[in-house]
Amino acid sequence: MSVPLTLLGLLERGPSHGYDLKRDYDAYFGLGRPLRYSQVYATLARLARDGKAVAGPVEQEAGPERRRYVITADGVAEVDRWLAEPVPPEPDLQSELFAKVVLALMLDRPADGYLDAQRAAHLQRMRELTDMKRAGDPVGVLLADHGLYRLEADLRWIDHTAARLDLLARAVRR
Amino acid sequence: MDRPHGGPAGPARAGGAPVTADPGAAKIIEARELSLSFGSTPALRGASLGVRRGEIVAVMGPSGSGKSTLLHCLAGILVPDQGEVSYDGQRLDTLSDDRRSALRRDRFGFVFQSGQLVPELTAEENVALPLLLSGTRRGAAMTAARKWFPALGLDGLESRRAGELSGGQAQRVALARGLVADPEVLFADEPTGSLDSVSGELVMDLLTAAVGEHGTTVVLVTHDARVAAYADREVVVRDGKVSTLTGAKP
Repeated sequence: MSVPLTLLGLLERGPSHGYDLKRDYDAYFGLGRPLRYSQVYATLARLARDGKAVAGPVEQEAGPERRRYVITADGVAEVDRWLAEPVPPEPDLQSELFAKVVLALMLDRPADGYLDAQRAAHLQRMRELTDMKRAGDPVGVLLADHGLYRLEADLRWIDHTAARLDLLARAVRR
Repeated sequence: MDRPHGGPAGPARAGGAPVTADPGAAKIIEARELSLSFGSTPALRGASLGVRRGEIVAVMGPSGSGKSTLLHCLAGILVPDQGEVSYDGQRLDTLSDDRRSALRRDRFGFVFQSGQLVPELTAEENVALPLLLSGTRRGAAMTAARKWFPALGLDGLESRRAGELSGGQAQRVALARGLVADPEVLFADEPTGSLDSVSGELVMDLLTAAVGEHGTTVVLVTHDARVAAYADREVVVRDGKVSTLTGAKP
């Protein structure tokens, strides 16, 4: 995910301090991987340098130096372009799981056992995400659903592959 | 990893605090080496499964793998050709038809893919049906049935005929019917199979909350991984045998 463009998108809601942007980024998009303050301020400085945002004057309050940032028309156009551009589909054609299955078949190892182990790991993660949905706010539910549907797609591939292991083994063994 | 079931829902078992699946709990259902054929077609070929009291077990597997047949054997609907099924230490497969029927009626609840409600009856009469069949007086049965409607988001639908309910509503009525007699074990065969994902999710949220409140054991047949993710653990049936997944508890 593009941190600069995401921060710029948050900034389009209205003038904000770096602190506010970090807080909202962490709440909506961070999920266990919060941004560092240094990363936020460095990103804001770059956005200002590139004309996507403007830094306001230093506010003379107690505590650390604070500036309010405002998005520019160029910044708004950048967010607009980014949102409209489809995210590249990720077909995962070179996934580690795929490589393991093919190698297991080539080497006459128990590919079905590996697939079962992967299936168990996927289902465990799906249970965690289902629990997250139960406790979650609507944005958390949306995020958990995103993960659940992707895991479900993997599981369908695992099932499909498990049902065709003999055929696949004949195809890859020399 | 076992986890406690969801939050409160439905009228609680008398004096019962929410019950959680205990990893050390005794097995309430135990099936050993079940084999069953329909004519010359084998459906189960040595299937074994133990279910602990209070846990939700998802039974998954490809179409035709034998998962519904296994559920029917565990519930005493079918009798295996070979092997043993025990409920709470009591052999099910050697009981007479009458005693198995009585056990199903008194201890088990059922939810199937399409609610299988009686179309001539109202929603609350459908829910009350298991109680009426076991001899509860009509007034008491209807009172018990009505208690389930708020918990399952069915307020105001008590007098609707089954045919006037949406698929999701009908399935929630079927769930209430499966739970109204406070069963020890709920057998659910593709309970969301005929529903869209949003309705199916609601049914599973309500099902897990209700059984969590009552400490009900659930055996859940599903081909849907998102439904199985509501369970404490899952097993896979392949070619009539049960595989416990690596990393999952036996």
